[in-house]
Amino acid sequence: MVKILLNGESREVGAANILALIEEIGIEARKLAVEQNLEIVPRSQYHATAIHDGDRIEIVHFVGGG
Amino acid sequence: MALDQIVTSADDTWTVAGRTFSSRLIVGTGKYKDYAQNAAAARASGAEIVTVAVRRVNLTDPNQPMLMDYVKQDEFTYLPNTAGCFTGEDAVRTLRLAREAGGWNLVKLEVLSDPKTLYPDMEETLRSLKLLVTDGFDVMVYCSDDPVYAKKLEEAGAVAIMPLGAPIGSGLGIQNKVTLRIIIENAKVPVLVDAGVGTASDAAVGMELGCDAILMNTAIAEAKDPIRMAVAMKHAVIAGREAYLAGRMPKKLYADPSSPLAGLI
Repeated sequence: MVKILLNGESREVGAANILALIEEIGIEARKLAVEQNLEIVPRSQYHATAIHDGDRIEIVHFVGGG
Repeated sequence: MALDQIVTSADDTWTVAGRTFSSRLIVGTGKYKDYAQNAAAARASGAEIVTVAVRRVNLTDPNQPMLMDYVKQDEFTYLPNTAGCFTGEDAVRTLRLAREAGGWNLVKLEVLSDPKTLYPDMEETLRSLKLLVTDGFDVMVYCSDDPVYAKKLEEAGAVAIMPLGAPIGSGLGIQNKVTLRIIIENAKVPVLVDAGVGTASDAAVGMELGCDAILMNTAIAEAKDPIRMAVAMKHAVIAGREAYLAGRMPKKLYADPSSPLAGLI
C-alpha cells in the first residue's frame, strides 16, 4: 500500500500504477484526465506510470459549466 | 412549429480558429436541474458549441451521472473553460487537463478577480493568454468591455474576443453598447458577447450591434422553462443577426407618416 493525496484527499491505495488506480476507483478511463505531481499523465501511459508514496494525483473530468 | 422553419442564408456562417459554425449561439452547461434537461435545452437552442468545466471526479460516488453521457461530444463541440481560475498558472493547468480529457485546442479563458462581481482580471487574463498561446491553444477570451484591452488580447493571439454585456449570471442585459460597438469595429477576430444576457431581446441587441455570436448560460438555465427559453434565444440570435445584415432604418427625431399624404380626401 502507498499513501497518496488523491483529489486533495489522503488515501491508501494498493494500485501500483495509474491504470490500476482508475480501475480501483471504478471509473471509465475514456472520460478522464490524470495529473501526477502537476504533470499530465497521457492516457497511453496509464499502465506504465508507477504510483509512489506521497504522490499528489488529480483525476478530473468535464462537468457542466458556463 | 412554423418558427422553426425560419431560413437564414445558408452561407452566413462564422469561423473561429479555422473552424466554421452555422449557429451563432454558444450555450453553457451549468446550473441546470440535471444533465437531461441540460442536453434538451442545448438541442433546443440549436447551438453547436457548449462550454464545459473541468472538475475533480467524485471519488465517493464515481457512478454519478456524467456530462459526457448526456451532452455528447459527437453532437456538440466542447469548449472547455477556466471558470474558477484566478491565476494564469491555474488556467494553463486546467486547460492542459481538458485537452487530455478529450477536449481539443479550442478553449475559453476566463480569469476572474473577485467572487462578488466575477469581473475579469484583465492584467492576469492577458498574461494567461500568452502562456496558453505558447502552449499551442486556440484561445477565446472572456474579457471586460474595454476596447484597449480587447485590442491587446487580439495582438497577443486571441482567436476570439468575448466581452461581457453585464456581470456573469446577472441577466442585466448589455450595459455598454458604445464600447461593444468600438470593440467590434476594431476587431479582426470574432467578437462574442459573453455573459449578461437575461432574455431574448438582450441577445438580439448584441447581434444587432454586429457581434459574431452570443455565449450564454444562466439566461436559459434559470428561466422557468429552460427548453422554451433556449428556443427563444435561438430565434433572438437569428433575428438580431438578420436585422444587422438588413441594416436598420435611420433614427429620426419626429414622425414620418407611413401612408401617402397625396390624394387625401
